Amino acid sequence: MTKSYRDVVNEAKARIREITPTDLEHRLDELTVLDIREADEFEQGAIPGAIFSPRGTLESSISAHVTDPETEIVLYCAGGARSALAAATLEDMGYTNVWSLEGGFTRWKNDGHSWRAPESLSSEQRGRYSRHILLPEVGEEGQIKLLDAKALVIGAGGLGSPSAIYLAAAGVGTIGIVDFDVVDTSNLQRQILHNVDRLGRSKVESARETLTALNPDVKVETHDVRLSADNVLEILGQYDVILDGGDNFPTRYLVNDASLHLRKPVVHGSIFRFEGQATIFDPYQGPCYRCQYPEPPPPELAPSCAEAGVLGVLPGIVGSIQAVETIKYILGIGETLVGRLLCYDALTQEFRTLNIRRDPDCPACGDEERPPRLVEYDATCAYPGAVARLN
Amino acid sequence: MPATVRIPTSLRSLTDGSAVVEVQPGKLDELLGDLATRYPELGERLLEDGRPRRFVNIFVAEDDIRFLDGVDTPVGEGQVVTILPAVAGG
Repeated sequence: MTKSYRDVVNEAKARIREITPTDLEHRLDELTVLDIREADEFEQGAIPGAIFSPRGTLESSISAHVTDPETEIVLYCAGGARSALAAATLEDMGYTNVWSLEGGFTRWKNDGHSWRAPESLSSEQRGRYSRHILLPEVGEEGQIKLLDAKALVIGAGGLGSPSAIYLAAAGVGTIGIVDFDVVDTSNLQRQILHNVDRLGRSKVESARETLTALNPDVKVETHDVRLSADNVLEILGQYDVILDGGDNFPTRYLVNDASLHLRKPVVHGSIFRFEGQATIFDPYQGPCYRCQYPEPPPPELAPSCAEAGVLGVLPGIVGSIQAVETIKYILGIGETLVGRLLCYDALTQEFRTLNIRRDPDCPACGDEERPPRLVEYDATCAYPGAVARLN
Repeated sequence: MPATVRIPTSLRSLTDGSAVVEVQPGKLDELLGDLATRYPELGERLLEDGRPRRFVNIFVAEDDIRFLDGVDTPVGEGQVVTILPAVAGG
């Protein structure tokens, strides 16, 4: 009497242990995860940190990956059947702590767990990114770095629109957008993420639609909240690089403080009427926002765009520069704007670069061991954080 | 040949709209004093007891005066002084 495929899988599942995607996610750093699928499946995406060890050669190659038979091992395949059979085999070989991932990579992905973008490009991607791949400074390897990167865009407004659109077009694999506002008619003069059909809708949802329509490779994470001392670390912590396109001083100082905790670079852009500024504040490597601007100007000298007006295309220039700097940072190419403040004047059509330096007495970044306490700033952005820290 | 001071957009209402003001070369504090005499409201905004207020960044050529000699920094003929406050718009 023969057994069916289903019979052997069920027999294997009855004697091995399975782990749920949620439990695996919690223990991902501690467990040895083996992807036992075929090469073409692995290349389409895998669980971060997983070792590629196809089932066909698992028995012969396992000792190369796992030396201690008591090592905690998780095997996964596409749906959980092949990994159940493979887990049974490893148990037969004397490995005592083996699990099979329930539902496999398909369920892992469907449940929304993070997964690594493909390590080689698909033929569709080779076409989409061909003009990048042709550049020796980018190439296929650089394009994969972009696809693996996670960038957070603060503000789906004038600056966030062009920067997010170019990051998405470039294939930056995960783009987060923070904004709590809704689309208003007066936004459309410059905020090119949005359109008339989206009036009254959440800006982050509008941004998601625009970005995924442009490039379905991109995973867009929306944060429909106001950044505050309570949520800033959690949100910024999920990303490799932060683009600050906010529209107020308190948020900019808060983002700076959080970036010092997280040691993540902030690609800064700011605009006023016809003038813009851009730089990268790279924690402890160059100046921080507070080194450069110990205090904001008094409110009467710093009206918002809503009060003072802004040339619609100005954020298009400055936000695009932020996107360029972000992509260079991810790729590790060229000379970044760390330590340099690029100033653009649309009326004179001039770019100038000023040297900016880390202030050794900066209340925010002066003591690397003790980043500032996170506080909600008022309009003066005065610095109780430093006082609290120093006391 | 004079030196020039670049006035940021947010302060141009205090210089009758001028984006660039010509001044005599010399030490920066003399030059700022000259500017404050010609545009008293600008002087009041920028200076406190003759010193730049904390929200004002001043660059001589490409460098921040905090890392040069502060208000004692010399400004030569044809050099550009940039007054640069933070802007927050996005």
